[in-house]
Amino acid sequence: MIRLVAPSTLRRLGILGMNSRNISYIGANNPRRNYQLVDNKLLTKQAALERGIVVPELYGVIEHQFQIDHILEQLQDRNAFVIKPVQGSGGKGILVIVAREGGRFVKSSGGVIEERDLRRHTSNILAGLHSLGGRNDFAMIEALIDFNPALAEYSYEGVPDIRVIVLRGVPVMAMMRCATHASDGKANLHQGAVGVGIDIGDGHSIAAVQHGSLVTHHPDTGACFKSLCLPDWEAILDLAASCAEMTGLGYLGADIVLDRHRGPMLLELNARPGLAIQVANQEGLIHRLRMAEEIAATAEDHADRIRLARDRFHRPDPVFLEEPAAFPSEAT
Amino acid sequence: MIASKAKVGIVAGAMILFGLSLTAYKVVRLDLPLWPGESREVWTIETKISFQPSDGPVDVELELPSGLGGWVTLEEHFASSGFGFSVVEQGDGKVARWSRQSLEHPTTLYYKQQAYRANRDSLPDFPVSEVEAPMLEADQRAAMERLVLDLRDRSSGPTTFASLLVQELARPQPSQDAEFLLGTYRDTPLRVMLDVLAYAGIPAHTVRGIQLQDGRRRQTLSALLEIHDGRDWQLLDPVTAASGLPDNFFVWQRGDGAALRVMGGRDSRLEFALVRNSLAAKTVVSMEQRSDDFALLDFSIYALPVEQQGIFKGILLLPVAAFVVVVMRILVGIKTSGTFMPILIALAFLQTTLLVGLAIFLTLVSVGLWIRSWLSHLNLLLVARVSAVVIVVILLMAVLALISYKLGLDQALTVTFFPTVILAWTIERMSILWEEEGGREVMVQGGGSLLVAVLAYMIMSVRVVEHLTFNFPELLVSLLGVILLIGKYTGYRLSELYRFRDMANMK
Repeated sequence: MIRLVAPSTLRRLGILGMNSRNISYIGANNPRRNYQLVDNKLLTKQAALERGIVVPELYGVIEHQFQIDHILEQLQDRNAFVIKPVQGSGGKGILVIVAREGGRFVKSSGGVIEERDLRRHTSNILAGLHSLGGRNDFAMIEALIDFNPALAEYSYEGVPDIRVIVLRGVPVMAMMRCATHASDGKANLHQGAVGVGIDIGDGHSIAAVQHGSLVTHHPDTGACFKSLCLPDWEAILDLAASCAEMTGLGYLGADIVLDRHRGPMLLELNARPGLAIQVANQEGLIHRLRMAEEIAATAEDHADRIRLARDRFHRPDPVFLEEPAAFPSEAT
Repeated sequence: MIASKAKVGIVAGAMILFGLSLTAYKVVRLDLPLWPGESREVWTIETKISFQPSDGPVDVELELPSGLGGWVTLEEHFASSGFGFSVVEQGDGKVARWSRQSLEHPTTLYYKQQAYRANRDSLPDFPVSEVEAPMLEADQRAAMERLVLDLRDRSSGPTTFASLLVQELARPQPSQDAEFLLGTYRDTPLRVMLDVLAYAGIPAHTVRGIQLQDGRRRQTLSALLEIHDGRDWQLLDPVTAASGLPDNFFVWQRGDGAALRVMGGRDSRLEFALVRNSLAAKTVVSMEQRSDDFALLDFSIYALPVEQQGIFKGILLLPVAAFVVVVMRILVGIKTSGTFMPILIALAFLQTTLLVGLAIFLTLVSVGLWIRSWLSHLNLLLVARVSAVVIVVILLMAVLALISYKLGLDQALTVTFFPTVILAWTIERMSILWEEEGGREVMVQGGGSLLVAVLAYMIMSVRVVEHLTFNFPELLVSLLGVILLIGKYTGYRLSELYRFRDMANMK
């Protein structure tokens, strides 16, 4: 028998559902015309640079099929780079090259590909294979993130990124997404990445979840999530809140990575952030969103909003300390 | 936001109320049945008169059917642009008359009617006129004399005489006399029969009408033989000698005389196009009684030509399928690939029946996926690849149709009802999904789409649903209102009650 939870329980816990997210938060806070800035990564990058928000360095943009050769020549002296579709959705079509091996390229997973594979991937991107609505797209080439070694042990074959949900400039909830072997190096929760809920107050971990079940250690690296505490937390929150001002979107998810040298860096923005963050935090969003609305209405400025959010959303009692791996693994 | 919610509520409420009250009005005041009852076959008969005009004024007279044999005309319509037109009573029937001073081009005139057989009446009584002996050559008279004597010997009365006559003339090798008569008459055997019957002193004439066949075009008038056996008139098929009025025979004209007279023209032709449609019996009755009184019925789907009615029957079911998709996605939370795909698959199922449709769909999509994966190795550009998939799908459909035909499985021929583009698009989407999200996501979305399609199919194939959407299209306005309301639903989806099931354990 399939076990269900009563809607009244979910309501009491303040779990945000898909319909409510779409109507009450996305529909009510995000004007359609502002989506373009978020869905198009080039526009996001330009806007971020104008505001002094740190983003990965752009090596080049391929707009047409014939430019592929030219760009590959330009990349001769770059050993590591990332090719991604400008209007990709959900992390699709991102190819991460970490090193060169003779005339061939090494992917982040360790796999080796030929130059023609690289060309094929690029022409697929141009044809819109990975893009929203399947329309023609551009490919952009960025610097590979040299991520903070303090976090290296929490991710397997991929960059751990930090998702912060921001409502009207107030950071509401955060999680770190750690790639695993099961998720094929992708920081995608429904493919098996571990989601670690992060305390808005101080950047400490609250709970870690894989496939909907609580875990305490990374399944591949064995690192314990309990001791996780994100460095530069103030800067991360500041960055996420600035994105809200930059895009004019009242409800958005900012994906941030920590670079070894340059600190928190904006990777991409999402106008329709998913609901899994609630599972990673073991807490519903609705109560916090209500409080955030109050904060947004009363706070005087950017810094004040962050201060109030850190104050109100702080959770002194991480979940996994009290229930150490009490859940049987239901990994499917 | 509250304001917009209230606005939607008011608009949706008004829509729901409008649809329901119009339906109630039609049920209570116009007596349209809410539930489908017995159905009637309504025939649309389109009569086409074509001719080549010669010099001078043109005068076309068409004798109109007068509802013999229990046939009732629901509606009739004449097309007569540029002609003077009138319908005049003549004898006990009506005649349509088109006239024009001069005409240069070959012309076609139309007369269209909808009719159904209210009851299986036999033909009413008909005056018996004096039998006139036919004018014959001497040798013809001798042959006819011998034929009549021979038939009289073998028959017991006028009825058997007539049926023996028909059999005699219809035989592949008729007797010498019969063959001689057929040869010298240079006319239809029917003419010979009428003359032989007249010679034998049996009153007889022809009954002209149409053999009703659904979808038939260019049908011409055929004739039955009617003889008087001393007490009653008896009908006889001049080819098979079967007696009585056949069920599929629409009586047009009884007695001698032509159904069509064209003066000032030549090469005139009288042809018919026939379409059958099943309508609820009560609806037919109310159409018959009230079509003139109620403007509302004039604006119903029934006011459309029958072919369009058939198309609308399918189109009006689409909103129901869309409603199923809305409910399954917003309230239940089933993932489908695209909104329209399940609807179109369900439509195809309506044509193929469910199991056959499912089998065809799964076969085509899985073979298509396999071929698509091979195509992806060729490193083609996206547009070329999608086009290649379309062509492959069409070839697959052809192969499937051919194989099933050879195996004698007629049902699989319905493969053509599947929209090719939808199949190709499904295959393309599924394979991209496979590459990016893995086989599991393909199963989730593909299975979700199929599940929704099957559900939509099941609801669409309920007879009451078809009856309601067709007879009360205003109910779709109510449905639209309900969909608007669902569009403002902010509660949990059923799938979320499962997704967040473990969250209940947190403090």
